[in-house]
Amino acid sequence: MNATPSCDISVAITGSGGAGSITAGELLLGMAGSNGCFGVMRRSFGPQIRGGEAAALVRVQHQPVECMNDNFDLLLALDWRNAERFAGEIALRPDSVIIADPAAGEIPAPVRELGVDIIEVPMKALAEEVEAGRPNMVALGLLCQWLGFSPDEAGRSIDQAFRARGEVIVRGSQAAFDKGFTEPSIVAARKARPGSERQVPSWSETRWQLNGNEACGLGALRGGIRFAAAYPITPASDLLEWLSPRLEKLGGQLLQAEDELASINMVIGASFGGVPAMTATSGPGLALMLEGIGLAVASETPAVIVDVMRGGPSTGLPTKSEQTDLNMALYGMHGDAPHLVLGALDHADCILTTEWSVRLAEALQTAAVVLTDQYLAQSRALIPEPRYTLPEIPARSTAESAAEYLRYADTPSGISPMAIPGTAECTHVAEGLEHRENGRPSTAAADHARQLEKRARKLREFDFGEHWADIRGDGTTAILTWGSTTAAVREAADRLQDAGTKVKVIALRLLLPASPDRLAETLQGVDRVLIVEQSHGRQFHHYLRAHYDIDAECRTHARPGPLPITPGEIVEQFVNWS
Amino acid sequence: MEQATTAKKAIPKDYKSDYKPIWCPGCGDFAVLNAITKALAFLALPREEVALITGIGCSSRIAGFTSLYGFHGVHGRSLAVAAGLKAARPELTVLVAGGDGDGLSIGGNHFIHACRRNMNLTYIMMDNEVYGMTKGQASPTTAADWEQSKLTPHGTGIRPFKPAGLALTAGASFIARGFSGDPNGLARMLVEAISHPGFSFVQVLSPCPTFCPEQMQWKKQVRIFEETDTDDPILAAQRIQADDGMSTGIIFRQEYAVFQAQSTAGADLEPIEQEFAI
Repeated sequence: MNATPSCDISVAITGSGGAGSITAGELLLGMAGSNGCFGVMRRSFGPQIRGGEAAALVRVQHQPVECMNDNFDLLLALDWRNAERFAGEIALRPDSVIIADPAAGEIPAPVRELGVDIIEVPMKALAEEVEAGRPNMVALGLLCQWLGFSPDEAGRSIDQAFRARGEVIVRGSQAAFDKGFTEPSIVAARKARPGSERQVPSWSETRWQLNGNEACGLGALRGGIRFAAAYPITPASDLLEWLSPRLEKLGGQLLQAEDELASINMVIGASFGGVPAMTATSGPGLALMLEGIGLAVASETPAVIVDVMRGGPSTGLPTKSEQTDLNMALYGMHGDAPHLVLGALDHADCILTTEWSVRLAEALQTAAVVLTDQYLAQSRALIPEPRYTLPEIPARSTAESAAEYLRYADTPSGISPMAIPGTAECTHVAEGLEHRENGRPSTAAADHARQLEKRARKLREFDFGEHWADIRGDGTTAILTWGSTTAAVREAADRLQDAGTKVKVIALRLLLPASPDRLAETLQGVDRVLIVEQSHGRQFHHYLRAHYDIDAECRTHARPGPLPITPGEIVEQFVNWS
Repeated sequence: MEQATTAKKAIPKDYKSDYKPIWCPGCGDFAVLNAITKALAFLALPREEVALITGIGCSSRIAGFTSLYGFHGVHGRSLAVAAGLKAARPELTVLVAGGDGDGLSIGGNHFIHACRRNMNLTYIMMDNEVYGMTKGQASPTTAADWEQSKLTPHGTGIRPFKPAGLALTAGASFIARGFSGDPNGLARMLVEAISHPGFSFVQVLSPCPTFCPEQMQWKKQVRIFEETDTDDPILAAQRIQADDGMSTGIIFRQEYAVFQAQSTAGADLEPIEQEFAI
């Protein structure tokens, strides 16, 4: 590959719901891809279906990037309705630029008062010059011109996006794009800016474009999931919608359940039948499933639950991101219920973590909760083709016909042979009551102690290998994080490194069971640790305090959603810390 | 009815485990256990091909007293577990059993949706109009003026459900009412229910001698429906509404479309992976 020119541009496209800002953003990300860049696009919108606000927040870079930057280089406003709702979300710098349509009315005072350059382009009027032209496609043309993208691939992208809506729309969209791309005011404005002759990079190797929900779905399929049951909930629904037709193609199925209580129990039923099974939900749904997850643990039935976290409690912020279901996933169970909790770190990692979770749940015959969040799930990224290797994990242990079959045999590993219906001579009752080795209910102290210990031993004795955490860099300073804040932490570490501070980034992937020995080893020689999480209640910090010994001096950067934690605010934590 | 041929003729005892039921003497559920095993023996189903899924309550302990594959889950969720199992393993015969509280109160939502979904399941609801395992509280089928519970000392004041009517409205395709005092009749009814394609709901009047001793008189009150079953939901609704809940027989039978997965086996993952590549 040739020396890659650097590029790092953040663009916000805003408009009222239905104005097409999200479509324009998705196409822009696609154009970034065909122009050899990487990028990420976050969608921001309210809970309304129409008439609310919608913003596509796109960051384009010459290297893989998965977090939002601290501020935006360019804001393109299709209209100014609901603009105030984005005010806190789209931070501009004095040298940022705004593109706006004079026909969209007065620029709101708070925006005008920022004093940034405003380029006025009559997007609506330009769109009306062509049949079936829409202002958002003019906007796409303007942005491709501004970013220096080649328009060559635009036709193909537009055709792909609108083919289903007919040729008139495709032609109109293409023509509107051209109007924007060749608009003299934008060409002139770009030329007038320093560095306008930059070249876009040209990464030629295969890249993938996906969001975290799709990535989790793929990981689930790779892990062998062939049954899903679920109840719609934002922001997990699009994972389920992605999964449903693909499960069908693979001979599996997705059942829409009447509620989350049913979802988890359907998953348990299918898994009892021998088919690897999962559900996906968000906080309120996970709360309803906790009883069923306890049943999966007690009956030792493998089950995978993907929880796409959103702001809570209650209905909270259903379309916004937060890392605040951690406590529930770790501690929500009734009784002593050893189970697995894993957190995906970035888009590619959603594939790895979900596949790993499925394999672990199957091998260990227990429930695995996979945590992602709205940011990861619904942001779309252009990433290098994901490659990873999971350790060898045995498949679910099966049972052959046997005269003395014991479903809950107390084996050295704690894992018992699991006979599925259809296996002769192994009939038994999978039991949610405490039981003896043969599955018969028992309230005897010895049986309870024995089965509790067996279920704990399964997880305690299992070698989870090197994937417990993702560790990058080295130094006497470390940043500890988990989940989607990992991307911002990695970028902050790069900036600190550039400024002379070496930083080790430790992102925990396996949360339960905890790995205190491994973390202690990783933290050897580290004298200060910053803990980063998106939770007002410092749930991750409390988890670390409960399960790990950390000798270094610890500070915490914890704040709630919905705004993503950015690299800049993490770097700032070190300004007065020496 | 087709009877499978096996080398050795199946007998009801083949379907029982050696685990002694925990039920009180005189409990109607003993006879339900016998009726289930008789029906399975008549159908000569290999026991490993049958699963019995239950919830929580006295009657839900029934799975352990059989030699079938069983799943004894949490309170009210047996129909959901069964739906998952049947969807994943359609070749299995899946029976579901439990009580009136399990199925109509905490599991009420699953009940109406199971009726509506019409998967090929047989649901046996042992109705004794009381929560026995928690020591005698009113259930959704308890009479409004039943004053024997400390929890509702003045009665619930709430009219009870008519389970058959609920099932009919929710779209069940087979609805019957049996009585534990007639285990042979119940066994014949269960054979019909298991053989019916779709969701079969069998309400079984199964007295609780401990908390509702008055139910020991049910044997004098039950009667057989004068009419045979109908496929007309309006007629069925009339019969259910006109009845005092003590008539037994198959009430409604209709071949609604049976729920099944639309999956097409054989594709592999590679083309799905390639959807992401640019």
